[in-house]
Amino acid sequence: MSGQPPGVETYTPREFHRQAHDALGNPQIRANFRKAMDGLMSKRRDSFDDWDLETLRELGANIRLRALARLPDLLEQLEANCEANGIRVHWAEDGEEACRIVREICESHGARSVIKGKSMVSEEMHLNAHLEEAGIEALESDLGEYLVQLNQQTPSHIIMPAIHLNTDEISEILHDKTGTERTRDVDYMTAAARQQLRERFMAADVGVSGVNFAVAETGTLCLVENEGNGRMTTTVPPVHVAVTGIEKVVEQLRDVPPLYALLTRSATGQHVTTYFNMISSPRKEGEHDGPKEVHLVLVDNGRSNIYQDDELLDTLRCIRCGACMNHCPVYTRVGGHTYGTTYPGPIGSILSPHLMGLEETKDLPTASSLCGACGEVCPVKIPIPDLLVRLRKESVGEGRGNVPGAGIKRTRKEVAAWKGFQWLATHPAVWRSGTSVAGKLRALTPARLGPWTDYRTAPKPAGTTLHALVKRHQSSKTHQEER
Amino acid sequence: MTAVKLYPPRPDKVYFFGTCLIDLLYPEAGMDAIRLLEREGIEVLFPEDQTCCGQPAYTSGYQLEARAVAAAQLDLFPDPWPIVVPSGSCGGMMRTHYPQLFADTDLEAKAEEVAGRVFELTEFLIHVCHLDLEDRGEPEKVAMHTSCSARREMGLAETGPALLAKLGQVELVEQARAAECCGFGGTFAVRHPEVSAAMVEDKTQAIEASGAKRFVTSDCGCMMNIGGRFEKLNKPIQGEHIASYLWRRTS
Ligand code: SF4
Repeated sequence: MSGQPPGVETYTPREFHRQAHDALGNPQIRANFRKAMDGLMSKRRDSFDDWDLETLRELGANIRLRALARLPDLLEQLEANCEANGIRVHWAEDGEEACRIVREICESHGARSVIKGKSMVSEEMHLNAHLEEAGIEALESDLGEYLVQLNQQTPSHIIMPAIHLNTDEISEILHDKTGTERTRDVDYMTAAARQQLRERFMAADVGVSGVNFAVAETGTLCLVENEGNGRMTTTVPPVHVAVTGIEKVVEQLRDVPPLYALLTRSATGQHVTTYFNMISSPRKEGEHDGPKEVHLVLVDNGRSNIYQDDELLDTLRCIRCGACMNHCPVYTRVGGHTYGTTYPGPIGSILSPHLMGLEETKDLPTASSLCGACGEVCPVKIPIPDLLVRLRKESVGEGRGNVPGAGIKRTRKEVAAWKGFQWLATHPAVWRSGTSVAGKLRALTPARLGPWTDYRTAPKPAGTTLHALVKRHQSSKTHQEER
Repeated sequence: MTAVKLYPPRPDKVYFFGTCLIDLLYPEAGMDAIRLLEREGIEVLFPEDQTCCGQPAYTSGYQLEARAVAAAQLDLFPDPWPIVVPSGSCGGMMRTHYPQLFADTDLEAKAEEVAGRVFELTEFLIHVCHLDLEDRGEPEKVAMHTSCSARREMGLAETGPALLAKLGQVELVEQARAAECCGFGGTFAVRHPEVSAAMVEDKTQAIEASGAKRFVTSDCGCMMNIGGRFEKLNKPIQGEHIASYLWRRTS
C-alpha cells in the first residue's frame, strides 16, 4: 500500500518530521486542534459519570479478546449467517482486491455513481481513487468526509474527519466548491450540504458503508452514526456494499451494547448516537424500502499477519473510537495529517506499521513520549505504549522479526551508542569515575546540545555525584558513631 | 489503573536506587531523599555498583542492551528490603517493565521478585512511612508536576500532592492540563525536538499561569525539561525535586 492517491494533498509517514514542523509552524492548525481536542476530552470525562468506567472497560476488553481468540471461527459463522440472511459475503486479501470486488459489484449494476457513508477501511484501501479510475464517481456523505473530499484532502481524524478545519475555513470551502454564501452560520452550512447530498443519495446506484460491529451469531451488521447519512447510504440506493476489516466481528448480539456505550462515550462523549443501524438482510418481499442487494466485503490487508503474533494481536481489539488521538499530546499538537497515514495518532502509530511495514512508517513508533495517556483512555484497554516499544524493538531488529521491514532503523551509529551505554552501565567502577570526571569538568559542558538547547538551557553535571555524596555521608556517620 | 497495592509495614532498612540523572545532575535530591528516610529511623543501603535502570535503551527498542544493564542492577538487592527510587520513570521501569524485559528468560523470577519490592519515594513516604511533616518554611504557592510514569505506570497521581498537603504553609496551586505530558519522554525529546518543545512550552505556560513561584516534581527528567525551558526564557520560576523541597522546609 503506498501513500495517498494522486491529486490529493500528499502527506506521507516518511515525512513525519517535516510535516510536524509545518503543522507546528501553523498557528491556525495548532489552535484548531487544541480547541477541538480539549472539548472532546472534557466531553468524554463528563459522559462516564454514571458508569463504573473501569468495570465497563474491563468488559469491553474482554469482549474484544474473546472475539479475537475465536476470530477464524467467528468469521466463518458470520459468513454463514450473513449468507443465510441473503447478504453476499466476499473476502479480500488486500486493499487492491477489496477495491476490485467493490468495483465489480458496481460494474455488474452498470453503476456510475456511488454514495458513501464513513468508512476508514475504504480510506485505507483508497477506494475512491480506484473507483474514479474506473469511471465511477464516489461521493462522501458524512459531512466531515464530504468537506475534506471537497477540499481534496484526506480525513485528519477517524471520527471527525474535518476536525482540522474551523468554521471560517469550512465556509470558504463550501463557498468555493459549491457556491454557497460565505457565512459563519453553521445551520446554514449544514442545511446547504444536506441539500446537496440529498440529491445525490436519490441518484446513487450503489451505497458503500463501513461496519462498526459485525455480529457472528446473527449475521447482523451494526452501524453507529449521528447524521442519518449512514442510514440513507444503506437504504436508498438499490445496492448496499458494506466494507470492513476482518477484526470487527463480535461473537453475539449481547456483546454490542457495552461496546456501543464505550465507543460513543469515548469518541464524542455521547451516551447514544442519533442513529444506530442494524442491518440483517436486503429488502424482503413486501417491504417498501431498503436495498435489493447487500454485500459484505471482509478485508484482511495485513490483519491476519498481526493476528499471528500474541502481542501485536492486541492492536486488533480497537473499536476506532479515536479517544487515544484526542488525548495524545503529540496528536493534539501536530494533527492527523502529519502522520501521513489513514489511521493517525497512537492507534495509527501501532496499526500503520502492520499495514504498511516499518520501512514506510519509520518514525511513527517513536512519535510518542510514552506518556501513557492513550492506554489510559482506550476503552478496550489496548496497551498502546507497550506496543510502541515492541515496534521500536522491531524497527531496530531486536524484536521477533514479525513486522514487515523489521530492522530497518538499525544503524551502526545508534547500535554503537547503545552498546557503549551498555558497557558503561555494566562496569560500575568505570561508570563512577566517568560521572565524577564529568562533574569535575562541568565548566566545559557545552552550552549547546543540538535541538535540546534551542528550547531549553543545557543541563550541567553536578560538581559531585550522588555516589560520592553518599560515601561522604556514610563516613561522616560512622565518624559520629565512633565518637 | 493499577490494581490495589498492599503496602508492607515500615521496615528497618531500605535499599536506595539513586537513578543516573540524579547521580550525575541532581545528587542533592538523592541525598535529601536519603536524609528523609533516615530521619524516619530507616537505615538506607546504597549499593555502590548501581548505575542506570536501563530505561533509555529499553524505550528506544534496544532490548538486549537494556537487558544487560538491568540484569546488572538485579544483583544489587540480595536481601528482602524494599527498594526506594526517587523517580517515577525509573521506578516504573523497574516495577512494570523489568518483568516484561526478562519474560521467558532465566532471570524472569528474579526480575519479578525485585519488581515487587520497588517503591517510588513519595509513595513510600506516604504509604509505608506514614510520614508527618512540620513545615518551617515561608508561605508559598507551588505547582506540582507529576510525571506520566508516576501517574500512569505506577498509579501515583496522589502521593506527591498528599505530601505537599502536609506542609502547612504551602499552597498547592492548580494548573491547566496537569495530567498532560511535559514533552520529555527520554529520547523522545531528542528524536522529536520540535514536538517536544511545543509540549514543554504549553507546560511552562500553564505553570506560570497558575501563579506558582516554584514547581516541584519527583522526576528529574521532567525537572530538567521544564526547568530548562523556564531558564531559557529567563523566567524566575524554579523547579525542585520533591525530596529536596520536603527536606529543606522541614529541617
Ligand atoms: S486504540 Fe483504543 S482509544 Fe484508540 S481508537 Fe482504538 S479503541 Fe479507541
